[in-house]
Amino acid sequence: MNKDTAAYLKGKKKQILETWMGNQVKDAALRDDLMSVAELQQQSEEFLSALLNAFNTPEAEDTESAGYEPIHDILSDISITRARQGFSPRETSTYILSLKQVLSQELEEQLRGNPALLYQELLSMNRIMDSLGMVTMETYIKGREEVILRQTSEISEISTPVIRVWEGILALPIIGTLDSARTQVVMEALLQEIVATSSRIAILDISGVPTVDSLVAQHLIKTVSAARLMGAECIISGIRAEIAQTIVHLGIDLTNIYTKATLASALKMAFSMLNIQVSRAPKQNLGF
Amino acid sequence: MIVLSKEKFPIEKEQDVILFRNRIKELATRTGMSLVNQTKLMTAASELVRNMLRYAGGGVTLLEIVSRSSIPGVRLTFIDEGPGIKDVHQAMKDGFSTGKSLGLGLPGAKRLVNEFDIKSEPGKGTTVTIIRWKNGL
Ligand SMILES: Nc1ncnc2c1ncn2[C@@H]1O[C@H](COP(=O)(O)OP(=O)(O)O)[C@@H](O)[C@H]1O
Ligand SMILES: [Mg+2]
Repeated sequence: MNKDTAAYLKGKKKQILETWMGNQVKDAALRDDLMSVAELQQQSEEFLSALLNAFNTPEAEDTESAGYEPIHDILSDISITRARQGFSPRETSTYILSLKQVLSQELEEQLRGNPALLYQELLSMNRIMDSLGMVTMETYIKGREEVILRQTSEISEISTPVIRVWEGILALPIIGTLDSARTQVVMEALLQEIVATSSRIAILDISGVPTVDSLVAQHLIKTVSAARLMGAECIISGIRAEIAQTIVHLGIDLTNIYTKATLASALKMAFSMLNIQVSRAPKQNLGF
Repeated sequence: MIVLSKEKFPIEKEQDVILFRNRIKELATRTGMSLVNQTKLMTAASELVRNMLRYAGGGVTLLEIVSRSSIPGVRLTFIDEGPGIKDVHQAMKDGFSTGKSLGLGLPGAKRLVNEFDIKSEPGKGTTVTIIRWKNGL
């Protein structure tokens, strides 16, 4: 970018910022519930200063050059924050796109008399802003992926509650895929509760596990062994008919493990293992 | 055999396994496969993608709906460019594992489908193809 052009833009900073802010705020896409306008103003001013400075360096067109480092930082920060706050891709890219518009207008105004130079400077400015736009999108997507990963791990934690169904009996409904990370969470939660409640039986209900492959089976077997070391016996319940057939074909040996089709039958088994008798009270007139 | 539909599904990370299995379920449902057969197919596929991730660091899968003598089925191909398997015969045995796991993935997957083919070349990679027919046992 031409030195004079860069200097001109720098001189116009205040005006550019004002118009840009106006555009951002006016744009229906900006959600003031998500970010205060004052905050946006401050962020935008920092960004614009850094950008206009970078325009004024010999490597203005190389957005990977040192002058652009602070710009990348601010931009990444903005898009990551917007990704986390639930801004849409459109709302996020508006940030750069609306500034590009203002800069185009300024260049047009200043260089109207010199179409050749105007063309050249517009081209150069566009190249810079497009490249920054791509950075915005890349970081935005990274931010979204982070959100998804965090939600996944949160879900896997909240979805493994250990329930005390009876004195000495725990139940653990497992919902979703039992991968290695998940097994760790399940196993820790279970062992902790076994100790805390001195329980002797744990029922692992897998009716909510969609696929039982050899890895899941291995994880289940490991969990059962760990519980045994803590002095508790496990019963695996919720084995659906199609899962039972699949396990047999896979060749998984569950003969050393108590298994039941339903949670209710597992509970019954647990009662008898603990010599607990549950019976219906005889019908009588409760006359008190 | 006619190919009725064909798509690619790259497998790069553990999270892909769940999406992959869900996609297979959709295809299997489209052929009218019973729940038991769907579950068998998904479990076999699960074993094979896990192997791809674990031993070859990922790969690519082809998901096809095929038809032979008017009977529809799902054909899945697992292609990786990992280290390959030195002795395929040994790897197909129940309980053989170089990864301290159950060693039931390959032999189990073979029992869960109607057609099973494995080709592996050390240093080049491994390709496994399976078919589960709608009405196959
Ligand atoms: N895609 C693959 N690439 C390289 N080696 C493989 C691949 N799939 C399986 N193997 C080898 O075959 C062995 C048996 O696999 P499998 O039957 O799934 O049992 P496991 O995964 O429990 O070891 C593995 O331990 C591994 O050495
Ligand atoms: Mg395996």
